Amino acid sequence: MSQKLLEVEGLTTGFRARAGQFVKVVRNVSLSMGRGETLGLVGESGCGKTTFGMTLLGHLRPGGQVLAGSVRFEGVDLFSLAPHELASIRGQRVAVIPQSASSALTPTMRVGEQIAEVLALHLGLAGAESQERVLDLLTQVHLPQVEELVRRFPHELSGGQLQRVAIAMGLAGTPELLVLDEPTTGLDVTTQAHILDLLREIQESTGTAMLYISHDMGAIARVCDRLAVMYAGEIVEDGGIAEVFADPVHPYTRGLLGSVPRLSYAGLPQAMAGRPPAPGQDALGCAFVPRCAFADETCKTVDPILEPTDRAGTIPHLVQCHHWQRVVASGTSGQMQDLKAGIDQGLQPEPLLDLAEVDITYAKRGLAALVARWRGEPEPPLTVSSFTITIHRGETLALVGESGSGKSTIARTIAGLLPPRAGRIDFGGQDLASTVESRPAKMHHRIQIIFQNPDASLNPRHTVKQILDAPLRLYFEMDQKGRLDRSGALLEEVRLTPQYLERHPGQLSGGEKQRVAVARAFAAEPDLVLCDEVTSALDVSVQAAVLELLAGLQADRGAAYLFISHDLAVVRAIADRVAVLYQGRICEVGPVADIYAPPYHPYTETLLAAVPEPVPGARAQLLAKDVQEAEPPARGCCFQRRCPRRIGSICDDETPPSQFASDGHVIRCHIPLEELRESQVDLISAANIPTHGIVADGQ
Amino acid sequence: MRSLSAVPIRLAQSLRSFGYIWRSLRRSRQGTIGLLIVIVHMFIAVASPYIVPYSHHDIDGKNRLAAPSVEHPFGTDSFGRDLFTRVLLGGRAAIGVALLAAAIAVLWGGLLGILLAFIGGRVDEVAMRLIDALLAIPGLLVVLLVVAALGTGFGVLTLTLGYAYGVSTVRVARGAALAYVASDFITAARARGERKTNIVMRELIPNLLDVLLVEYVMRASWALTAISSLSYLGFGIAPPTPDWGRMVFENQVILAVHPWGTLFPVLALASLIIGINLAGDALSKAIGLDRSQEAPT
Ligand SMILES: Nc1ncnc2c1ncn2[C@@H]1O[C@H](COP(=O)(O)OP(=O)(O)OP(=O)(O)O)[C@@H](O)[C@H]1O
Ligand code: SF4
Ligand code: SF4
Ligand SMILES: [Mg+2]
Repeated sequence: MSQKLLEVEGLTTGFRARAGQFVKVVRNVSLSMGRGETLGLVGESGCGKTTFGMTLLGHLRPGGQVLAGSVRFEGVDLFSLAPHELASIRGQRVAVIPQSASSALTPTMRVGEQIAEVLALHLGLAGAESQERVLDLLTQVHLPQVEELVRRFPHELSGGQLQRVAIAMGLAGTPELLVLDEPTTGLDVTTQAHILDLLREIQESTGTAMLYISHDMGAIARVCDRLAVMYAGEIVEDGGIAEVFADPVHPYTRGLLGSVPRLSYAGLPQAMAGRPPAPGQDALGCAFVPRCAFADETCKTVDPILEPTDRAGTIPHLVQCHHWQRVVASGTSGQMQDLKAGIDQGLQPEPLLDLAEVDITYAKRGLAALVARWRGEPEPPLTVSSFTITIHRGETLALVGESGSGKSTIARTIAGLLPPRAGRIDFGGQDLASTVESRPAKMHHRIQIIFQNPDASLNPRHTVKQILDAPLRLYFEMDQKGRLDRSGALLEEVRLTPQYLERHPGQLSGGEKQRVAVARAFAAEPDLVLCDEVTSALDVSVQAAVLELLAGLQADRGAAYLFISHDLAVVRAIADRVAVLYQGRICEVGPVADIYAPPYHPYTETLLAAVPEPVPGARAQLLAKDVQEAEPPARGCCFQRRCPRRIGSICDDETPPSQFASDGHVIRCHIPLEELRESQVDLISAANIPTHGIVADGQ
Repeated sequence: MRSLSAVPIRLAQSLRSFGYIWRSLRRSRQGTIGLLIVIVHMFIAVASPYIVPYSHHDIDGKNRLAAPSVEHPFGTDSFGRDLFTRVLLGGRAAIGVALLAAAIAVLWGGLLGILLAFIGGRVDEVAMRLIDALLAIPGLLVVLLVVAALGTGFGVLTLTLGYAYGVSTVRVARGAALAYVASDFITAARARGERKTNIVMRELIPNLLDVLLVEYVMRASWALTAISSLSYLGFGIAPPTPDWGRMVFENQVILAVHPWGTLFPVLALASLIIGINLAGDALSKAIGLDRSQEAPT
């Protein structure tokens, strides 16, 4: 039994580029995993994580090829196996759970049948035996009402439930090794916390080894025993999770860990400069040289090798760096910076945007609405109801809440893209018309919007020059030369160079695209910028840079932000005030410092408790159930169905009162503030200490 | 006004990205062959009046129904007219009508489809019902009716074919545009307060040029087939203008004794249509559309 479960030796894989040339994606990776071990694999996007993970199933993408080395599963080299032999291992003894659960499931097939299919394929199960096993599996991943659920189609499940079904499918063949590729990316914090907890539980009960691929340090810290860091296709550090997190020795690991925003610090971490080399740029020496503060001549000419350090620990700690001793000796890494340092807090806040009692609905309008009513279709509930808030000049108001809570809807309404059903919107002291078309042209430049996904928000056929030219042409009387100069200057402001003017979006990295989108918004010289999840599609290292940029621009230009995000650590770093939204209703609003300290609204408490801090051993506090509500309740408190602190029928029947916890800090709950304050722990400082769920409820 | 003057520049910039399409077209062997055939045909269509040895109505009374010879490389027809001359000239009218009709089709059909996708809502719904109703009437039938009523002038043919193919182009263009209408960059332009014409011209159309280009090539190929069929039936290009379809009709009765009069026009027409289709398929593959599923109307 001394044999390892998995042994990868000197593995190099590549894709054929042109005639006989290979672009190496995974480079000389040696790594082993014991039975039941959970190994986290981190690195920025494009570092080869997924490609490597797939080789553990003996799988290569089209055009891929193993150039050197081997992958041995229980001593058997996977790439020497015949296809049918490989098929008997894949899916059964090694299974994968892909990034997007919905893509792994067939949309036209009931979930029960899909799992049964896997069982038939790998275990030869059929009939009642198979049925029973399907129900077992679904129960194991804590899905509710499994008898009914097996008959549903994938689109009838929420994101979290889909991911659970995907996990159940992965477990169907009782694998010894599970490869998880970003299994929680794109899920809400609360849902993510439940999935992570489930994975840990499965690992403990079944002893399945897991390779957990992610760029989310917090998630890794919760699930894994060991961490491997990948850079440019190479493993640069490998060690026990506690040791690596507490004392990273490779400069890249330090940079990565340092750029993760932390709930427990009120600042934003330092962004790591540069980005990973594109595959195919094989240079002599260490690949990290251009981004490394410790690099010297040796680094440029001699390839470092992965070697053990003398650090104590249960698992050998390996690093691939010539100067790791110097790195360690240099002391702590990653300083937090206060993003709000440059902003003058002394000014009297002047209201800029005022929303009063705004109702928004996607329900049909006009004739179609009449027809629907005549047919007796029930009117859908309001997506956003009685939304009242003020944004002051130069401030950042964050809007947080789970997916579907109506955050983007509110941004669309402010932008004039979706007229509200009722309510008043004032901008700069004047009534703001409900659609862009009906707003005076002079108004248009004052409100700008930046979207989540820069791939979609920049026209792929336009050059950066054309993209930046659009607002300048529209809003300002400038000649072509003037606009060109201004575009160049804007690029400088977002730390790009005027050389980028002639490029198309397809020729930019994700972070660069988002900078162009930021530049386009600021070209308009806006008073208010609506930022809808502007960093959630970006790597942590890039995210830190974009946030720093936004804060800097705000300090220079004095624009106000409506900052929509589900990342509470990021919000803490960048916001002045926070509004917490559930089902289109505000639960709590107040200055950032007050939101992150008790008393919390029970929903805020739920969100904060679920944030995975990058601290090994810390576990989520699963306060509320993992369900996505289709629509808000008709009466009472909007959070009544999931609230862990619900006090009784009053919550179902009566709208909770607005209680003032301090100046400008409002909590809408029936529980008196005193009582909330006394019963709640400070989750921010508690986040540093490993804790266990208070009201663990995995349903 | 500024926005209008910018259109040619913008078009040129968008066309620059066709450099990539051109290269992938050339990489496919079929595409290259198709392209070569089309280029040869286009050259002949343009240059034939200057290079043909005779006039298309010159009659060589001593040499009727002659087999190919040095004097008459393709032989002569029953009047003693030189077939080589008539075949070289015989594509001009049909190609001219086809290219123009396809241009008209893509222009009005494409623009209408894009606008409908952009406007959406009730207008789009009603208009598409109408288009579907029009599509139910076979295009060739419409052309036959119109030609029967108005005669077979060059203008009548071009306009009716342009109409008939435009109807189905509306659908294609609308479908392609729908994929972009809800995208964030269009939303961004709307939120910016751009005028609708600007959004369509600057943001939407550049993304659809490639689809419209493929659409144009395929429509031109179908139009060519249609005109030749019409000419064959006597509803197309009217004599004395030489035309492949008409030549096939005139010479088919004597096919057994004198195959040349049928063979050469058929070869000319078939090679051009095959060429266009090869090039068109490669073109649509190069830009990620596959039109092999779609049937001509
Ligand atoms: N075009 C639409 N038609 C009908 N319903 C919609 C439409 N767009 C959004 N909704 C619904 O409105 C609600 C709020 O959606 P919204 O996109 O504003 O949420 P969000 O808080 O931004 O979520 P996320 O964090 O996932 O971006 C959801 O229930 C959603 O399904
Ligand atoms: S080998 Fe040199 S360049 Fe590479 S990480 Fe270590 S110090 Fe930096
Ligand atoms: S009012 Fe009731 S249900 Fe709502 S948050 Fe407070 S305790 Fe929970
Ligand atoms: Mg959203």
